[in-house]
Amino acid sequence: MAVVETRGLSKVFKEGEPGAVNNVSLKTNEGEFLVFLGPSGSGKTTLLRMIAGLEYPTAGEILIGGQVVNRLSPRERRIAMVFQSYALYPHLSVYKNIAFPLKAQKVAKNLHRQKVEWAASLLGIGGLLERKPRQLSGGERQRVALARAIVREPSVFLLDEPLSNLDAKLRASAREELERFHKRVGTTTIYVTHDQMEAMAMGDRIVVLNKGIVRQLGSPKEVYDEPADTFVATFLGSPPMNLLESGEVILGFRPEQFVPAALSGTNAVPLNLRLEVIEYLGAEWILSGSLAGGRFDGKNVVARLASAQSFEIGKVYDFAVPERELKFFDRTSGKRTPAQALSWQ
Amino acid sequence: MSEMGESSVTVAEAVKSSRSGRIRVRRAGTAQDPVLGTLMFAPAVLYLLAIIGVPFVLAFIYAFSDIRIGSNTIHFVGLANFRSVIQSPSFKVALQNSFIFTIFSQIVVIIGSTILAIALENAFRGRGIIRFLILLPWVAPISLGAIGWKWILDSLYSVINWVLVAVHLYKPYSAPMWLGEPHLAMASVILVHSWRLLPFSTVILLAGLTAIPKEIPEAAEVDGAGFWRVLFEITIPMMLPIISVAVLFGIIFTFTDIAVVYILTAGGPFDSTQVLPSLAFFTGILSGDIAAGAAISLFLVPLLVIIAYLMLRVAARAEVS
Repeated sequence: MAVVETRGLSKVFKEGEPGAVNNVSLKTNEGEFLVFLGPSGSGKTTLLRMIAGLEYPTAGEILIGGQVVNRLSPRERRIAMVFQSYALYPHLSVYKNIAFPLKAQKVAKNLHRQKVEWAASLLGIGGLLERKPRQLSGGERQRVALARAIVREPSVFLLDEPLSNLDAKLRASAREELERFHKRVGTTTIYVTHDQMEAMAMGDRIVVLNKGIVRQLGSPKEVYDEPADTFVATFLGSPPMNLLESGEVILGFRPEQFVPAALSGTNAVPLNLRLEVIEYLGAEWILSGSLAGGRFDGKNVVARLASAQSFEIGKVYDFAVPERELKFFDRTSGKRTPAQALSWQ
Repeated sequence: MSEMGESSVTVAEAVKSSRSGRIRVRRAGTAQDPVLGTLMFAPAVLYLLAIIGVPFVLAFIYAFSDIRIGSNTIHFVGLANFRSVIQSPSFKVALQNSFIFTIFSQIVVIIGSTILAIALENAFRGRGIIRFLILLPWVAPISLGAIGWKWILDSLYSVINWVLVAVHLYKPYSAPMWLGEPHLAMASVILVHSWRLLPFSTVILLAGLTAIPKEIPEAAEVDGAGFWRVLFEITIPMMLPIISVAVLFGIIFTFTDIAVVYILTAGGPFDSTQVLPSLAFFTGILSGDIAAGAAISLFLVPLLVIIAYLMLRVAARAEVS
């Protein structure tokens, strides 16, 4: 097990163009499950590929287990990586796929079968060893890729969107399986995804990336409840945080904190919602509309409620947000600022 | 089956929609007009029949007859031509040479084109120019290329020998006679033919190589494999279907080729580079024994049929995986 650290890591693919990764400094904890979360093009995969040694950084340092590995090839870094496409070797059987890293790293031959069987049984694919990758389902391929990654007991796991090729149902169970698996092996893991649900569910901590810059690094609760800027505030949460611009300030609150005034308790800011759209999603209702009157008149907002049977489109309702749930951002930088007194009228 | 069902639906739809006055350009091509289709297809069929079909049938007829250049009559003689051809010593030599010529040139071509394809896969400055230069021997007329090589390998004017003498590896007038000594002549013919086939094979292999997802060799690298292990255990095995396509094409191009041998050595010295196609030409056309020439050229047919069959099977399998 080892700690991965980057110091001022940057990657510029074409001179003169903005970098894919810009001055990223971060450090995993021992045995941690760290998630890189960001939209496509945010540099999360490039960052992972630099850590793996598949991409050479333009600037900065990568440390694995305290040792600078910039100049080391992927094979010398003792890491394991699972690719988005799984990258199984199509001409080799499952057994040979899993045994490949052992062979490549010159593990004694008489240990191969035992280790392959250990990895395969850990992932429940012991019965598939003689098959070829093309004879496997998506979920089985993913397990083979994981088995190939764990078989040589690496110090760090790198996973690049390993669930994105699975259908929605399988994805949920594969996610749980991955979590259980990480608990059992306890290896430091870096997991790249663009799916905030995955990030929230699996990550010990989340690194939110955009345009190659780390926007926030924190636990799922921190990045959700205390977003560092408007990007994090809107990227996490579905529907995203309501942001209301006014003057130098952007005011934000989560849709689930925007509730009918009667439910909001004391110390809440009253706001009038003119209801325009109601969406019923089974477990919840999404109410969209605009604010009526006051400083934020006409601004669009979304509310998320557990029940909304008595509402009618076109009417105006008394809603409110608890004061402590209001987040303030600087209008020019988008960065979080301390709460401030605001005239609401 | 279900695909066919779908396509018939689209045709029906296209007909319906064109009747209802809506013009759907994308589907216009699927309208079934048997006359137009036949007309469009006819030139290709006629071309094949005239250039390949008729001579092929003639060769069969001639091979079982006693026809010679200038003869007015033609008699069926059964297998007599084949019997006499098999017994002739120059046929045995040519058959053996055909195999040597084909096998060795394919070895040179596959090794060479694999190296070239791997070297040319990744972008570098000037790759476009190098790709163009490598393609040139394939684009240039083979006769011109071969005549160029004839001069390069000439006994008196060879630039290779001039260089060998200049760097004192050989004394003047004792430099190798590239096309005049049996073994050297065979090696020269093989190398020139390989030079000519190399671009074709390289282009095929490059196509196969770029079809391998980048992540697979990368995964192998992360798994701990070095350059050679990735090459021999991942990249080349994954290229095998396409390599076999290139080899099978190469075998056909080589077995049936006459240009390089004819221009460089005309089969000499002492039949040492004589191959079946050149022997068939010399016997049938230049010596006038059309029947024997046809019999010689037909010896290739069963072999080429087997190779063509293998080629189609390999190509089909490559598609599946």
